[in-house]
Amino acid sequence: MLATDTLTLGYDGPNILDQLSITLPAGQITALIGPNGCGKSTLLRGLARLIKPKHGSVVLDGHDIQRIPTRQLATQLGILPQNPVAPEGLTVRELVAQGRYPHQRWFQQWSATDETAVRSALEITNMVELADRAVDALSGGQRQRAWIAMTLAQETDIILLDEPTTFLDLAHQVEVLQLLEQLNRQSGRTIVMVVHDLNHATRHADHVIALRAGVVQAAGAPRDVITPSLLRTVFGIEAEVIPDPRSGVPLCIPYGLCAAEASDSLLHADAVGNRA
Amino acid sequence: MNTFPWITIRPKFGKFSLRIDRRLPKVALIIALLVMAIMVVNMGVGQYEISPLDVVKTLLGMETGDPQHVLIVRTLRLPRMLLSALVGLALGTSGALLQGLTRNPLADPSIMGINTGAGLVAVVLTILVRDFPARWIPVAAFAGALVAAVLMYVLAWRKGGDSPMRLVLIGVGLSAVGSAVTTLVITIGNIYDVQRAMIWLTGSVYGRSWVDFWAFAPWVALAVPLAWFQARQLNSLHLGEDVALGLGVNVGRQRAWILFIAVALAGASVAVAGVISFVGLIAPHVARRLVGTDHTGLVPTAGMLGALLLVASDWIGRTIAAPNEIPCGLVTAVIGVPFFLAMLYQHARTK
Repeated sequence: MLATDTLTLGYDGPNILDQLSITLPAGQITALIGPNGCGKSTLLRGLARLIKPKHGSVVLDGHDIQRIPTRQLATQLGILPQNPVAPEGLTVRELVAQGRYPHQRWFQQWSATDETAVRSALEITNMVELADRAVDALSGGQRQRAWIAMTLAQETDIILLDEPTTFLDLAHQVEVLQLLEQLNRQSGRTIVMVVHDLNHATRHADHVIALRAGVVQAAGAPRDVITPSLLRTVFGIEAEVIPDPRSGVPLCIPYGLCAAEASDSLLHADAVGNRA
Repeated sequence: MNTFPWITIRPKFGKFSLRIDRRLPKVALIIALLVMAIMVVNMGVGQYEISPLDVVKTLLGMETGDPQHVLIVRTLRLPRMLLSALVGLALGTSGALLQGLTRNPLADPSIMGINTGAGLVAVVLTILVRDFPARWIPVAAFAGALVAAVLMYVLAWRKGGDSPMRLVLIGVGLSAVGSAVTTLVITIGNIYDVQRAMIWLTGSVYGRSWVDFWAFAPWVALAVPLAWFQARQLNSLHLGEDVALGLGVNVGRQRAWILFIAVALAGASVAVAGVISFVGLIAPHVARRLVGTDHTGLVPTAGMLGALLLVASDWIGRTIAAPNEIPCGLVTAVIGVPFFLAMLYQHARTK
């Protein structure tokens, strides 16, 4: 299980997250939501040890991740950063094979296990047919699937994704989210993702953590978390929340900015955003 | 069917497994044959002409009927040829490491000022510290290369190192400063010392003996295999810092180590053959065309192409204006400058 203990994160300047203690339930899909600059991407990067904590720690199964050798951690926890760029001409197969890096040594460069893991990652993500194409020649959705396949080949129990659906059209967004859901349901992987679209969070996540200005405003099942009052405090929007006609999960329909909070919250978000 | 672009060696016993780029064996064999062919031809030319057949015979220890051949081929010309191949190998490998490390297609030991740094220190010590022991100059040149690399790192790379233009501009700036100081030192030095110092600046393998060869060979024998072993790490680093970290690469330590190997190779080359430009730029680019972006194939191929380039340059330098000899560093510059400009142009256009 992944958790944070009084975690304080920041770059140069003021802290973005201060003394944050949260738990990410194992075997579930967690969505981190909040306005731009609220610290959700920073939190995700902190969880993946891409940023060193100024204070506190990220705890994986009772161990501080800063004390786990980075290669060993990479066999337990995978991260897909926002908009990764593949080198020119690199094929999908080569990219996905890179996911095996933490399992390899200089005398163990390509084991049978590596090969199986890459093949199955390509199959799950439906990339077998595109495997020999260059990553930079693919469409946005295919490219994202290729990167997810690389993260899958890493065979970690926990997968962190930073805005996996950004810049994708609707069909590709649905495709990626369904793939993540399938991974979670079939192999019980813990998935933590930063998402912008609230309805994606409610539809596909079991657990939602809402952040504003580095502070957790609410955490729990989408049903309990996504309420008009939360949307007002977190995003500064007036919205109606109705049950989704098919699945019953909360569906959020924004109508406008809150009169009192609008200007304030936008200014604040900008200030934090600029710092980050 | 193995659809992966590499050959896997996986014995039934143990956990050992090795992967080799599928295109590498063929490419390596062809380049090696070319290098050997050019060396044989090159050993035959000069003031004392020897036919390629006689060169081969002499190398194999057979009689050619001319007792002079053994001395000329084995003692005078062979070490120079082998040395130029090794220097090219070192520079090509160094360039491949630097380009992979900076994710920057214009990175190269000469453009990044590493060669200039090494040359500057060698010149300053030769001219200003007159009784500095000659055998320590390689070590000092290496230190100069390291200082230049660290300067580059601090100025160009730590912030926005992915920008090729920034790297080139700062590299050119640093090189200009280095050259200016070098020129200044040459101007105030006495003529005899300057002549000795020029060895480090012209980039030539002229008159190198077995002593030089054996001083340089251990560096290459150590650093080049180390570079090959960094190929997998380079592949990960090439995906970007965050992805590499996520894959369990200790990015800071790994970068420092790869940079150190690249600088060691470039610095040692300057120490033995002076400043030879553009080999580290051209070789990795041609290698990428031949074997693709995977560093497990790219790094060895770039090294071999570097050897080919320098051996060929030396041959051209020795024959084109015979009986005068043009230093191979000048030949690589003549080939390299248009290549570099074409790349800059292409880069500006794709932007």
